[in-house]
Amino acid sequence: MLMCLPAIIFFLIFAYLPMPGLYLAFIKYNYTDGIFHSKFIGMENFRFLVMTGDLWRLTFNTIAYNLGFIIFGNLLQIFVAILLNELRKKWFKKVSQTLMFLPFFISFVIIGLIAYNILSYDYGILNNILKSLGADPVKTYSNGHIWPFIILITYLWQSTGYGSIVYFAAIMGLDSEVVEASEIDGANALQRIRYIVLPWLKPTFIILLLFSLGGVLRGNFGLFYNLVGANNTALYATTDIIETYVFRSLMNNFNFSMGSAVSLYQSVFGFIVVLSANWLVKKASPDNSLF
Amino acid sequence: MEVVQKRIRTDGTSLFVRGFGYVFIGLFALCCVLPFLVVVGTSFTKEASITKHGFNIWPREFSTFAYKIVFENPNLIIGSYVVSICLTVVGTIVGLFLVAMTGYALQRPDFEQRNGISFFIYFTTLFSGGIVPFYLLINQYLGLRDNYLAVLLPGLMSPFLIIMMKSFTRSIPHAITESAKIDGAGDFTIFMRLILPMTTPALATIGLFIALGYWNEWYNSMLFLSADMKYRPLQLFLYNVITSADFIRNSSAASNVPLRDMPLESMKMATAVVATGPVVLFYPFVQRYFIQGITVGAVKG
Repeated sequence: MLMCLPAIIFFLIFAYLPMPGLYLAFIKYNYTDGIFHSKFIGMENFRFLVMTGDLWRLTFNTIAYNLGFIIFGNLLQIFVAILLNELRKKWFKKVSQTLMFLPFFISFVIIGLIAYNILSYDYGILNNILKSLGADPVKTYSNGHIWPFIILITYLWQSTGYGSIVYFAAIMGLDSEVVEASEIDGANALQRIRYIVLPWLKPTFIILLLFSLGGVLRGNFGLFYNLVGANNTALYATTDIIETYVFRSLMNNFNFSMGSAVSLYQSVFGFIVVLSANWLVKKASPDNSLF
Repeated sequence: MEVVQKRIRTDGTSLFVRGFGYVFIGLFALCCVLPFLVVVGTSFTKEASITKHGFNIWPREFSTFAYKIVFENPNLIIGSYVVSICLTVVGTIVGLFLVAMTGYALQRPDFEQRNGISFFIYFTTLFSGGIVPFYLLINQYLGLRDNYLAVLLPGLMSPFLIIMMKSFTRSIPHAITESAKIDGAGDFTIFMRLILPMTTPALATIGLFIALGYWNEWYNSMLFLSADMKYRPLQLFLYNVITSADFIRNSSAASNVPLRDMPLESMKMATAVVATGPVVLFYPFVQRYFIQGITVGAVKG
């Protein structure tokens, strides 16, 4: 079948060809010598990452942010989907869905600009409000503690409209006879949600949860880069994730070997996480496991 | 398909839940649009008013000066639009064709290597070389620096879309392929004449995903297209306007407005409006298909 040939060539070039490049992680890369003549230093890069504490910080931030995204994201999506289903007015549903979908359609560049609109020290809306209330303005872009909240809120803002559609679609698949029967028996909306809709959504939730666990070590680079910028040292402690670190090592420090070392760590560790997640899926529902 | 809404008697709790739903969904939907209105509002505000009062939804002192300067020299924006539109159109057509073909081939029961190749494709989501070797590959080994191909090629296919297409085409009975074969049609003819027309909903959804990806693309552009390039994809252009002072300096020279009088903040917003406005107006029509596609995919499981 020649039809697969383009795909095979495509993935060979863009996905498999870079893999041997991970050798970079074990050398002290030097542009003039090239990959194969640079000095081999073994695990030295990794030792450095562990000693400086970078690796721990990156792992912690990446996983913590992703867990936050997964947990709060799914909860809010389910919440919105259930409420949407309770609404009666068709036009209201349509309009609100369209509006909630909007942030998903917008590039991260615009999202970064919007964040600046709200958070900027001198002109931002947040400080406008604080000032008009007589409170002191906040120096957002140098205060690391508030960034986890900002990033989480932005994530929820951007993804909820899109994500809730999956749950909404699942609710629509619910057998209407069951719902009618419960109503004849006198169940109110809360009881219906509690005893029929939520249990019905459980499998969808579990599958989505486990799939996203597989990506727990992958960062949402666009979100972080455009919100925070790659070079805001004041915020590294709370906002630096694996992707932003690797990007910096590539574009600013030209430390290709260090960047590769972090990538390799991410790939290997991520691989283990995916295998474990798949093992969990298999236990939870054998039909939905990946392999 | 909606959960049936007939009810015997609407009790207080249900009414409360519904009321809460209207309020919560309404507020949330509002929160999703308000930030965009701030961008639009600011773009129409006099710069002096911004420095004094900060950003606002409703301009305190109305001014179209920022737009005047942006349109004084429209070549760059128009060029960026052309680049982005070309990338999106070409990328979507070619990508969609390749994804559809691969997806179809990979689910044909009479294709023996299908599992092997599926794994070959799927494995790339599990393990990757990372961005550094990828960067070196495009830049040094393929020599695509400052070439639009560096942005176009990597976005053509993704394992996710191929798997999606695979499960869509699986719903077409294999008997159709077989009977066409008996009539003497080749595999490629079957795909073009029979399969493609039958998968239009799937193609629309996947095509939208690819198109959205290209339209909002800025990451590969940023990595591989340097500042020397005159026309950059729209998002990268916008990124440069927002973050670099060069752009402001150049437009101040081009429009004979002294640098200190340049409306810095409102100009950023005006450029953002010009760069995104048309898409936002276009999107409510497209969004419908997205929802349909996701719904179909979710119900099928």
